[in-house]
Amino acid sequence: MAKATPSPKSNRPPLAVVGSLVSQDEDLFGRIFDRWVVGRLGEYLRPYRARIIIAIGAVLAFTLTQLAIPLIIRAAIDDAVASGGEIAEGGALLNILVAVFIGVVVFNYIANHVQETIVGKIAGHLLFDLRRAMYAHLQVVSLSFMDKTEVGRLMSRLQGDVNALQEFLESSIFAIGDFVLLFGIIAVLLSLDARLGAMTLSVVPILFLVRIIWLPLARRAFLRARETSSATNAALAESIHGVRVVQELTREDVNFDLFDEKATDNLNSHISGSKYTNVLIPIVDGLTGAAMAIIVIVGGGLVLDQALDIGVMVAFLFYVQRFFDPIRSLTIQYSIMQRAMAAGQRIFEVLDVEVEVSNKSDAQDPKEIDGSIEFENVTFGYVADQPVLKNISFRVAPGETVALVGPTGSGKTSTMSLTHRFYDVWDGSIRVGGHDVRDLTQASLGRHIAMVLQEPYLFSGTILENIRYAKLEASRDAIIDAAKAVGAHDFIMRLGAGYETELDQGGGNLSLGQRQLLSFARALVADAKILILDEATASIDSYTELNIQRALARLLENRTAMVIAHRLATIRGADRIMVLQDGEIIETGDHAHLMASEGLYSRLYRMNYASFDDIPDDVARTLSESNDAT
Amino acid sequence: MKSKKTSHGKSQLDINSESTYRIAVSKLDTNVLWRITKMAFRHRLRMAIGIVSTILAATFQLFVPQFLGRAVDQAHGLLTLTSDRATTEDALMTTALLLISASLLRGLFTMCQNYQGEAVGHLIGYNLRLSYYRQLQRLSFSWHDKVHSGDLMARGILDIEGVRMWVTTGVLRFFLLTILIGGGAIILFRIDIELGVVALAFVPIVGFRVSVARLKLRDTWMRLQDQMAKLTQIMEENLSGIRVVRAFAAQDHELNRFDKSSRIALAVTHERIGLFVRYTTQMTFVYFLSMGLVLWVGGHKVIDGEITLGELTQFLAFMSILQMPVRQIGWMINSIARASTCGGRLFNILDLEPSIADKPDATPLRITDGVLKFENVDFRYPAGDGDQRTLSGISLEARPGKTIGIVGPPGSGKSTIAQLIGRYYDVTGGSVTIDGQDIRNVSLESLRANVRIVQQEPFLFTSSVNHNVAYGDPWAGRSDIEQSAATAQLHNYISNLPSGYATLVGERGVSLSGGQRQRMSIARGVLLDGAVLVFDDSTASIDAATEQRIKSALKDIVKERAVIIIAHRLSSLMHADEILFLEEGRIVERGDHDQLLARSGRYAELYSLQTRLSDTDGEN
Repeated sequence: MAKATPSPKSNRPPLAVVGSLVSQDEDLFGRIFDRWVVGRLGEYLRPYRARIIIAIGAVLAFTLTQLAIPLIIRAAIDDAVASGGEIAEGGALLNILVAVFIGVVVFNYIANHVQETIVGKIAGHLLFDLRRAMYAHLQVVSLSFMDKTEVGRLMSRLQGDVNALQEFLESSIFAIGDFVLLFGIIAVLLSLDARLGAMTLSVVPILFLVRIIWLPLARRAFLRARETSSATNAALAESIHGVRVVQELTREDVNFDLFDEKATDNLNSHISGSKYTNVLIPIVDGLTGAAMAIIVIVGGGLVLDQALDIGVMVAFLFYVQRFFDPIRSLTIQYSIMQRAMAAGQRIFEVLDVEVEVSNKSDAQDPKEIDGSIEFENVTFGYVADQPVLKNISFRVAPGETVALVGPTGSGKTSTMSLTHRFYDVWDGSIRVGGHDVRDLTQASLGRHIAMVLQEPYLFSGTILENIRYAKLEASRDAIIDAAKAVGAHDFIMRLGAGYETELDQGGGNLSLGQRQLLSFARALVADAKILILDEATASIDSYTELNIQRALARLLENRTAMVIAHRLATIRGADRIMVLQDGEIIETGDHAHLMASEGLYSRLYRMNYASFDDIPDDVARTLSESNDAT
Repeated sequence: MKSKKTSHGKSQLDINSESTYRIAVSKLDTNVLWRITKMAFRHRLRMAIGIVSTILAATFQLFVPQFLGRAVDQAHGLLTLTSDRATTEDALMTTALLLISASLLRGLFTMCQNYQGEAVGHLIGYNLRLSYYRQLQRLSFSWHDKVHSGDLMARGILDIEGVRMWVTTGVLRFFLLTILIGGGAIILFRIDIELGVVALAFVPIVGFRVSVARLKLRDTWMRLQDQMAKLTQIMEENLSGIRVVRAFAAQDHELNRFDKSSRIALAVTHERIGLFVRYTTQMTFVYFLSMGLVLWVGGHKVIDGEITLGELTQFLAFMSILQMPVRQIGWMINSIARASTCGGRLFNILDLEPSIADKPDATPLRITDGVLKFENVDFRYPAGDGDQRTLSGISLEARPGKTIGIVGPPGSGKSTIAQLIGRYYDVTGGSVTIDGQDIRNVSLESLRANVRIVQQEPFLFTSSVNHNVAYGDPWAGRSDIEQSAATAQLHNYISNLPSGYATLVGERGVSLSGGQRQRMSIARGVLLDGAVLVFDDSTASIDAATEQRIKSALKDIVKERAVIIIAHRLSSLMHADEILFLEEGRIVERGDHDQLLARSGRYAELYSLQTRLSDTDGEN
């Protein structure tokens, strides 16, 4: 492959980055022990309390057996073996001690099995519980939170942070074992021989000293390694999502070079992190050697003085070999814990996002409603002191079709969202079928109001499943009828497997118009009294357009409809048009009436803009100014 | 840069290879590991240092039990009155020094071993990451259509991680264990064969368990990976489509879907934990049993005076050294399972042959007159693609100053023509030429640098407006960028943004409307040179009035290039010099606007349909 064509224009760096310009501003390491996070985790552990107690018991038992093994060896050597056959019953005693040893080993096996199984399974459960809790919570939190949070960010909490906790949970209970083992060994050493024990343990403070110096340096290196990883991954994600543009504009080579920079950064930072991890090994091993040397010289001397049994010296040597294992794993624990605390913080942050809209305890779920929509002095906004809708009142009679038009930001989408109670109003009230929406259950609103969004979102799965989405119990015939009614049947049958055709991610194997028709069919199957429709802005080819107009007519039949209209045909077909500007209804009436009144609507209409949404800002400004003048 | 392997005999079409990759994975277990290992050995010096360090580290570790045994014998020796005190103390001192040095050296070499191993692992990760990135950028659009982006991300992050770990947890640990056990065996057998056999009895048992466990664990790993991918997809779709979910109050349905998938994933997780725990605890158990046997048999041998107490200590100390490695065998199995699964998933993608690639003797495209020609072009989508659309007998010629318009019902093959010009597919009959050169004979890069396609659904990068407009030419000057934005009727809007051209757009920045995004895409296209400019339905969201302004701004550019406008709104292309009406992959009518209207055929029919749909035709 050829190299990127060096630009003749200049040597300046390209106007290009891969991955986001914005750095990940999330903390990777939290405090070592966050009482709040641990407390919250505790709530989720409560159902597994009994099993946790068993697990802790097993961990303790496992640790005790580990402590016991060198002691048995010591007993075997001193009492049975060391005398060199002088004691007649030496052989018999040895047999008994070996039997005890085997018993301890069996016990060790059982305890090991129990601790690993239980801990692993509880950790698994807990993670799935947490993930589910988060997922379930995201289904009900306020949409304004969902609006301003990227899907990728939420996904990294649902996956990455949950996995970070897994590591912690699986190892945390063993950390208890490590602690016990550490103190157990110290206790045993001191009780076997206080002098030798104290001398042997004198190497430990040196290790702690080394750790204290090492830790902040290593932490910085690890942090950097993680940062470069997430930067590299962000760049990879971008290349996957934007692959079409990349290939069309032949950015492959420029991007590759930029990605290489990030990947090289990542490589170097990880290699440097690896230096920090491994530099401790010779220190720990050297100290172990020193401890053994102390035992050999001092212990050996004591043995020579007959002040110490040879078996005790052997036991010391065994303990020292294992002594640094818990210290080592405890330091690994340390950074796992920090990561877990940060992850936990983020998880509970999601779980604590306020649910602004929830069912009242006595919320109603009427079987039938009359299909009217009423806004009474509604004021609403997303940011305090910046109302998007200002004291709006209107009524849509059952069966009536009302078109909402107005420039971007005039409050059309908010009106639609409020009708479905995606948000609660600041002031005033909204009634659907005569009931205040706050008195109805959300499920009830979902059943009586069908919504068609501007971007026809489809789920992966078959076409059948997608149309059935709003009403799972709908029969196959009902679905085919709906598809026929909106004119989608023909193209569905032309697809490889008809209604069983699997859709690609986001319905990528269908055209925009086809997706639109499917979302109409989905709304039709829902068979609700009220339809809220946000018309797609993109103009679709005339054939599909014709289909869509027909489908729309079919969809609006016998229904109350509120349509955010972009197409003139739809607007003109409405019973009534409401023109919104800056959160207020400035004109209302049918097409002829509005044209005659010479207001904003007629001016926009005469400007020949097919859609009111894409009017260049300067034009919109001039128009509304002249409107204010009138 | 990744070299192309043509010897693979893989299907020419990456779509086909893609559809078979899942089946291939389970059979390639050892091949995959071997391949990763070979990649590791490409870093010869580091691997050599790593292996030598491993061998030395193991050797020095083997010295430790011997020195311990010696120390015990020395200390014990005095009791049995075989030597005098002064020499014993000297001897103990020597042993102590030897112990410190052996430990320290072992530590130093282990450090080297780990460091080099991890470095090689990171280098492999780095190389894989680059190959993977490059490969994803090369694979065709149709392949990308069929693969879930979440899955691609998982491979690029988790699978590379799994492969990377193989060097330290697999290759080097293998050397370490072999030498520890092999060297230990020699030392022990030399002291006492019988006791040596007892001490090492656990090795074959563990070895057997390992080979069984490896396959089973690998299987659960794969199932877990698949199940997690499904779960990820469910969550991602739910969050992306949250408004639909809310609109139909489908939360319960969504939770059910999640629970169903989640429960399976949890069950597989438990299965994996169960298997793993069973194997590792059994291994530890067998190891400890061996230790008990050593104590028993060895103890009796000491009593009987066959071996010394020091030698027994040496046996036991040796076994105690092995405690960590035995545990590590468990991790090694895990790592084998993980590396082969992850590697398999990665290699499946890396081995795909892009369906479109340069011929070996491809030359750069030379532009002389800028004439684009379709000569009797036939095209059908690759079998198994499920796409029935075809083109047949398409001939056309566009040149600077001669614009071609293409119109037709959905599915008639309009966009396919655009894809053929950029060679995103190869024609199955006839040829596409630019200035007499068949586009299959020129290098892809030079072709695509000359063919600019402006798409209907543009992608915005989370970056500044500047970067987005200059995406195709990152070295473009400020005035060029502003000029292009002005041509696309976007300059005024951008200038009014808080930071002008430096304003961040995309997911975390200012969000643009559909029409603004399309105008951004047009600005990107016109910034670039190139002989051919294709508008693939790229003004659909732009209203007619703005489109007219863009058109008049484009006038000069159009004069210098061959332009093809694909659109369904007739106002977008009615001024083309020649308009082709496409139906089911064939040109059914051609001519200019007036000629076509006069024919009262399909074009005229469409024209009246559009005037009926909106009696503003955007032209008066």
